Amino acid sequence: MTGRTVPTKPKKQYWNEPRLGLWERVYLLEIVRGLSITGGVFFRNMWKWITGRKGALTAYYPEETRPDYSPNNRGRHVLTQRGDGKVQCVACNLCATVCPAYCIEIEATADFDEPAHPKSPTRFEIDYSRCIFCGFCVEACPEDAIRMVKDTPDLPGFDRDDMWGRKDLLMNWHPLTDPRKRYPPAPAVRDEEHRP
Amino acid sequence: MMQDLLVHGVYIAYVLAFLLGLATIFTWVERKQSAVMADRIGANRAYLRIPFTQVKLVWWGLFHGMADGLKMILKENFTPATYDRFCYQLAPWLAAVPVLLVFAVVPFGGEVQPARFFEPGSAAAEFFGDRSWRMQIASLDAGLLFVLAVSGVGILGTMLAGWSSNNKFSMLGAARAASQMISYEVAMGLALISVVVTYGTVDLFEMVQWQQQAAWGIVVQPLAFILFMTAAIAENKRIPFDLPECESELVSGYFTEYTSMKMGLFLLSEFIEIVVISALVVTLFLGGYTLPFLGPEGFALPGGGTWALSHLTVTLLQVLAFTAKVFVVGCFQIGIRWTLPRFRYDQLMDLGWKILLPLAAANLVVTAVVSWWLL
Repeated sequence: MTGRTVPTKPKKQYWNEPRLGLWERVYLLEIVRGLSITGGVFFRNMWKWITGRKGALTAYYPEETRPDYSPNNRGRHVLTQRGDGKVQCVACNLCATVCPAYCIEIEATADFDEPAHPKSPTRFEIDYSRCIFCGFCVEACPEDAIRMVKDTPDLPGFDRDDMWGRKDLLMNWHPLTDPRKRYPPAPAVRDEEHRP
Repeated sequence: MMQDLLVHGVYIAYVLAFLLGLATIFTWVERKQSAVMADRIGANRAYLRIPFTQVKLVWWGLFHGMADGLKMILKENFTPATYDRFCYQLAPWLAAVPVLLVFAVVPFGGEVQPARFFEPGSAAAEFFGDRSWRMQIASLDAGLLFVLAVSGVGILGTMLAGWSSNNKFSMLGAARAASQMISYEVAMGLALISVVVTYGTVDLFEMVQWQQQAAWGIVVQPLAFILFMTAAIAENKRIPFDLPECESELVSGYFTEYTSMKMGLFLLSEFIEIVVISALVVTLFLGGYTLPFLGPEGFALPGGGTWALSHLTVTLLQVLAFTAKVFVVGCFQIGIRWTLPRFRYDQLMDLGWKILLPLAAANLVVTAVVSWWLL
């Protein structure tokens, strides 16, 4: 009876402390409730499968892609084009530098007959087996030459060489056909002061 | 003598095919059922290609089990640097073999008289004579005791596996497994005693016959059914009770250090145990191989109508009824596995010792008093 009495800390009252009623305390009934929920979903979906409809929310991926990707989805890359259909990219390598997965490879060439745009890539390749779709390349690009569209690249395959996005994949898009992301008008006056 | 060998050889071959086949199918059911429950599609990539053609049989991913088995067999058998060689090799077998053995006393069909399958007077009919055999590998008088005794051996496999791997996670898993399985064995045994008192026998075949004459065990002993089912799932160490191997705490529990087919044997024994538990539940509580109104000579409906069936048809119906019941109960177990979250360890022990055991004891007392009153 004698001895030190240890002061007990009052138990903290949480605002969302779960309170079990008698119904929940008899665990069996709650099990039946849970089973009826999962079983209900199971039989509903099975009925859909049996009657030839699709009983799942997921897609059978490479064969079937979901139509409801957000327009903001960072999917496949595209290289924007100038009005005459030539590539906008100036092969500055900023995207390849910023890329955290080191998956962009650019080989540049020069065409001095075109003084406004002498440098352009002969080879612009993205290794989709390594790309993490972070969108840094889009952020880094000073020329708005690379963008991401919502559809996914045709990735799955048995050969890594097939997972390279080459220029033919990246160039099959023209900015004038995209109603949402219009080609930005060129700024009228260049802000010379902020040039380094 | 020769007849016995032949009949029991056929039984053993059938039971092995039944257990392993159904266990493999349950691995598929587990994947697909959980997928459909969660609005997913589920495993669907493995296929068999018909040789010399490009025809690929996918069959809703049914062949994933085969791919898994092949992978398990072909994988490197990696062993820890220091381990108890003998116990480490022995443990998977001690886990898997008792599970298979339990099925030896489970009747998967009624009395069969092979001579009646053939033309009367033919050589085959002469060979079998008028003898009849129960469709059961070993018709032991002490059937239920055999079940409890042999399934108790399975604990040794998990304990040895955890102890011989020389790994702390395995050790903890094995300690958990041992205490959990022993605790639930007590409740399971006590729940089964009330069943034994009701039926007045421990012979599983006679239990089924009792149920055919009176009523299914689930009607007579509903509480014992729930207790047995709970304890049996706990014995199987599957999800609401999978503390011995819970991935979030113990990597993979008692078989952390096992690879290739040795681990496959642990996984396979888990699925075989689903089949065995379902078979026991069906035999003890759901009328075993019997169908309502199905007698040895065909259906005898309560209105006085009869529908005579040949002996072969009746036998096939009984075997099919047993298989179908086992399949449904197995799917129910898988449904429980994908519905309930894992218990905490103290909750597990509380459930075993403070709820299941007193309930089983109370059920036994009530059963004893009632059957003393009635008899």
